[in-house]
Amino acid sequence: MTVLPKWADAILIPLLSILISFVISGLVILYLGLNPFEALRLMVTGALGSSYGWGYTLFYTTNFIFTGLCAAIAFHARLFNIGGEGQATLGGLGVALVCLAVPWPHWTLALPAALIGGALFGAAWAFIPAWLQARRGSHIVITTIMFNYIAAALMVYLLVEILKPEGSMDPATRRFGPGAELPLFSDIFGLVGIPFSSSAPANISFFIALLACLLFWLLVWRTRLGYEIRAYGHSETAADYAGISPARMIIIAMIVSGALAGCMAINSVMATERLVLNSVEGAGFIGLAVALMGRSHPVGVILAALLFGFLYQGGGELALWANIPRELIILIQGLVILFTGALDNMVRMPLERIFLMIRRPGKQGA
Amino acid sequence: MDFLTLLQVLDTSVRLATPLLFACLAGLVCERAGIFDIGLEGKMLASAFFSAAVAAISGSVWIGLLAGVMASVALAGVHGLASITFRGNQLISGVAINFLASGLTVLIAQDWFGQGGRTPSLSGGARFNEIKLPFADLLSGLPYIGQSYAELFSGHSLLVYVGFLTVPLTWWVIFRTRFGLRLRAAGENPEAVDTAGVNVIRIRYTAIAICGLLCGLAGVYLATGLQAGFVKEMSSGRGFIALAALIFAKWRPWYALFSCLLFGFFQALSFRPDVVKAVTSLDVPGQLLDALPYILTVVILAGFVGKAIPPRAGGEPYVKES
Repeated sequence: MTVLPKWADAILIPLLSILISFVISGLVILYLGLNPFEALRLMVTGALGSSYGWGYTLFYTTNFIFTGLCAAIAFHARLFNIGGEGQATLGGLGVALVCLAVPWPHWTLALPAALIGGALFGAAWAFIPAWLQARRGSHIVITTIMFNYIAAALMVYLLVEILKPEGSMDPATRRFGPGAELPLFSDIFGLVGIPFSSSAPANISFFIALLACLLFWLLVWRTRLGYEIRAYGHSETAADYAGISPARMIIIAMIVSGALAGCMAINSVMATERLVLNSVEGAGFIGLAVALMGRSHPVGVILAALLFGFLYQGGGELALWANIPRELIILIQGLVILFTGALDNMVRMPLERIFLMIRRPGKQGA
Repeated sequence: MDFLTLLQVLDTSVRLATPLLFACLAGLVCERAGIFDIGLEGKMLASAFFSAAVAAISGSVWIGLLAGVMASVALAGVHGLASITFRGNQLISGVAINFLASGLTVLIAQDWFGQGGRTPSLSGGARFNEIKLPFADLLSGLPYIGQSYAELFSGHSLLVYVGFLTVPLTWWVIFRTRFGLRLRAAGENPEAVDTAGVNVIRIRYTAIAICGLLCGLAGVYLATGLQAGFVKEMSSGRGFIALAALIFAKWRPWYALFSCLLFGFFQALSFRPDVVKAVTSLDVPGQLLDALPYILTVVILAGFVGKAIPPRAGGEPYVKES
């Protein structure tokens, strides 16, 4: 029983939900004593008004594409992976260990190795909750939340007690070598003569994120495994009957999910050139909003990640120029998750009624 | 380790267990009625902020308590709207509520007080102060029993005692009243409740309101009893530990009390690495103690300590046949 045409389901409903979230955010900004349109102007200028702003916006976008895909693949298997934050944290550890282990001669060697390191650590951190869900029936939502906290504690321990260089007060690793420096947008665009701010951190990882989106699409819609994951997500009993092992689907989907979250670290950790505490900065959670908003489709994820990249950079500018804390972005994130995720039916039900009303006279005429 | 140190650690455990206990019982009522709630954390945080803020402005902790509970119940209402009326995903709704609370509290705190997301610290009538039970001073000279009475049982704020009394109250309501029977049925087999002519929607909304009230008390205690004022993210995962305690307790009130005390004890230990070192003669890193409640939860969830079976209709929106 599909009342809505496909475009309305894929585009109209998310747009309406986002509109509602933004109107509420605007009202909150108004309450905080700033004209919402003035706030929007500040955010647009700060995030999109210069190549410096774009450089930060796309840097954050890269993070959110990875964590968005992380949540999305889990959603396809009807798993709710709240552990993106912890998996990305461990991915950061993997990337840092790879970068520190060898004096890399060139980034072309360091990047693939770091990618593998990050993905492996992220996947391993996701594997334990996945295994527990598949074999012991422990609820994956709770276990992944717990693993976020365990990851945070583990990271504090490692950075303070083990990885911190001798004599340093800062809980962070030593700097990676120059061979692990990724080419920035200024280097890449400089090749074709386009000037780009060299102080912005956006780097080649952005293109790797786009590549990951393509691979994601191929995996989910063009392979047997992707079909099995989606089949499992639609109906566990039907999938089981068709000979698809639920345990295998849970574990594979979660491993891919964790690996994608771990890959985020090539962007966030290699750009800062050392591993610091809380390098993920909530990107794992933003991935949930991104995946919900993007309807778990790579194109949707890219667009939603771009929107959140803009909000993140713009929110930073807002904190700088107006007396509005960065936490505004957490509020917007919460509203987006609420309206595109939990209150989906609130938008859908009236819309379905409208579409039925439009369609009925046409049917009688035919 | 001498007896007095032990008492101090236990005393801290009781203090730290109280917010867990309120939140755990809140989750118990809600989940028994068939609504999963991972938004305990957010409701607690919102209540902590509004109670501290209003208490700071009005100077009265009771008005603060009212504000905190109202904020928590309002968020519970959002959860009800999403998961009962609009049949949305209860987990997603809970996550959203956590973010709403964590964003809003800092934004409003900065707007009202301009102290970087905290409230002014509370004192006097704006706090729940410690209550000295009768004869505590007199008996404190008596070894063991008297000391325990003075150190462990006396000297907590009112809400600690309320929290412990809420355990038998919850047990009685859930297992000895008609409402409790219907509530449990709504969480196990809502169709049967509906067939009996009882309104499932109303029962679930009532459960969510009670959940909001109890989460509110958890937050109020956090900001006005345990600490003197609100700081950013002060709930720091307690809502999730409470959830873990609930699973550990297998959704039963008396077990909830013991599991909350246990988790409170772990939290208390992480404040006293010296005690841990003296007893175990191992240099246990503080971070391990911090992570212990979470690790333990995973171990429990893995079913190595008995199987935990949630209410059967939990997480499913109820759709009436038409």
